[in-house]
Amino acid sequence: MAVEFSPEARQKFEKIVARYPKKDGAMLPVLYLAQREFGYLSTEAIEYVAKIMELPAARVYGVVTFYTMLNMKPIGRHHIQVCRTLPCALVGAERIAASIKKKLGIGTGETTADGRFTLSEVECLASCGSGPMMQVNDDYYEDLTEEKVDKILERLK
Amino acid sequence: MEKVLLRNVDAPESHTLEVYRARGGYRAWEKALREMAPERVTDEVKASNLRGRGGAGFPTGMKWGFVPKDNPKPKYVVCNADESEPGTFKDRLLIEKDPHAVIEGTMIAAYAIQSHTAFIYIRGELSFGATVLQNALDEAERAGYLGKNILGTGYDLDVILHRGAGAYICGEETGLLASLEGGKGWPKVKPPFPATHGLFGCPTVVNNVETLAAVPWIIDRGAAQYTALGTEKSKGTKLFSVSGHIQRPGVYEVEMGYSFKRFLEEDCGGVRNGKKLKGVIPGGASMPVLRAEEIDGVTMDYESFQAAGTLLGSGGVIVMDDSTCMVRAAWNIARFFAHESCGQCSPCREGCHWMEKIFRRIEHGEGRAGDLDLIQSISGNIAGNTICPFGDAASWPAAAFIKKYREEFEEHITKKKCVRME
Repeated sequence: MAVEFSPEARQKFEKIVARYPKKDGAMLPVLYLAQREFGYLSTEAIEYVAKIMELPAARVYGVVTFYTMLNMKPIGRHHIQVCRTLPCALVGAERIAASIKKKLGIGTGETTADGRFTLSEVECLASCGSGPMMQVNDDYYEDLTEEKVDKILERLK
Repeated sequence: MEKVLLRNVDAPESHTLEVYRARGGYRAWEKALREMAPERVTDEVKASNLRGRGGAGFPTGMKWGFVPKDNPKPKYVVCNADESEPGTFKDRLLIEKDPHAVIEGTMIAAYAIQSHTAFIYIRGELSFGATVLQNALDEAERAGYLGKNILGTGYDLDVILHRGAGAYICGEETGLLASLEGGKGWPKVKPPFPATHGLFGCPTVVNNVETLAAVPWIIDRGAAQYTALGTEKSKGTKLFSVSGHIQRPGVYEVEMGYSFKRFLEEDCGGVRNGKKLKGVIPGGASMPVLRAEEIDGVTMDYESFQAAGTLLGSGGVIVMDDSTCMVRAAWNIARFFAHESCGQCSPCREGCHWMEKIFRRIEHGEGRAGDLDLIQSISGNIAGNTICPFGDAASWPAAAFIKKYREEFEEHITKKKCVRME
């Protein structure tokens, strides 16, 4: 499978790179663009980014593995990330995570068989005053209860 | 008290340029550009005694003053919006509700050091905040506050919104710069400091969101009005994010020097569900915990928190009631640091995981005699032995939890179980 940006993505890439004082600086926005284009950052995608960024693939690989939001594996349509850090833990985050695992029948780091959900437990998401909370893709869901979580998951097809 | 930082957040549509301007927004920007020489702007911020609100508390004006004027390289300003300290969510509020204040502060800092490219480095997870900020930047540019030949003064400035991708260490200023250079967020040895050798080796100022959001008010009203607020040494106001077992969690703006006890009991409504206070971390998860009785007489400013054996830090107040298992709390924090250690320095990379493992086994009834001294020893070997302050941030809370609640840790070890968790 040839991994390559669509003409639109290529245009976006040129625009991003032009704005940075040095091309290297555009690494994260370019990796985000690649992740959106390809779904996840496979070895081929990393090599492609390295080529267009004019950097060694090892350097790009090092960056991809460093950041939690860059995925080297396919993930579900809805990526559920439950905050597990102290402020949320004090107000019931463990209960919320347990109820999601039970409802979806998966453990942390796993994806449902239908590819609908991936579950992660993550560190502080800067929502400590409204815990327990979770992020699903780009959206924050706060002040969670088990009932609330059930309703949210039902809605996410 | 007149609000400096939360002056706009409760106004409807506070995130829009129209509302921001109607409330006096961008007045400071026009004043700085049209009436003040760049050095005068720095002098005004110096005179305000504003200190960095990201956690380190370094004087902001002095930081700007370190940028060399005769250096031919480009200069950069970076707004640090990588808010990730557990218990801290104040910057997120400013970003989402008052983005123009953050932008205006960033622009004023850029003008003061004569930078023509500034960045706002926002943590990747804050997708909504990034959208709000980008819209605000677009609005500001359309209104002529940003871009080329701003307000006809000949000054050019581009502000680039840059999203992180999930790494606590990128909140540390040199880690942030390494990330912005397209690498892993590995902190760099200081000196040289970013003021002379920052982004791509060029002079750079990195300031926290809350710090920059205070700047327009200071320029607009004058440093004297800012120094009229606060204590002799801690000037102005500070945002505190309050979480955990508290009646009314949220972000509060407090004049420096306010009673910590009164703040918790009256402003925040006290411990929730009628329970008693067991301990409180006042400055984000990196800072030493205080036992309930230790907060008596403490006031909310740099000096008083330090005298009490902790630090103001980011102002992330985490409240724990008397049902809390302090071993589990310490383990949770240790797990955070083990997960977030960037892996560059051996004492931190190895030590954080060791501490996490030992706390975990104590909590699960498998603690051994000598474990507490072992953690204290590991903690002591990390602190001060790493490139960046992360090592201290990981070791202080571990050491403090054991010191302050030693009997509870010992009970876990001798009874071989956690006696507090449901």
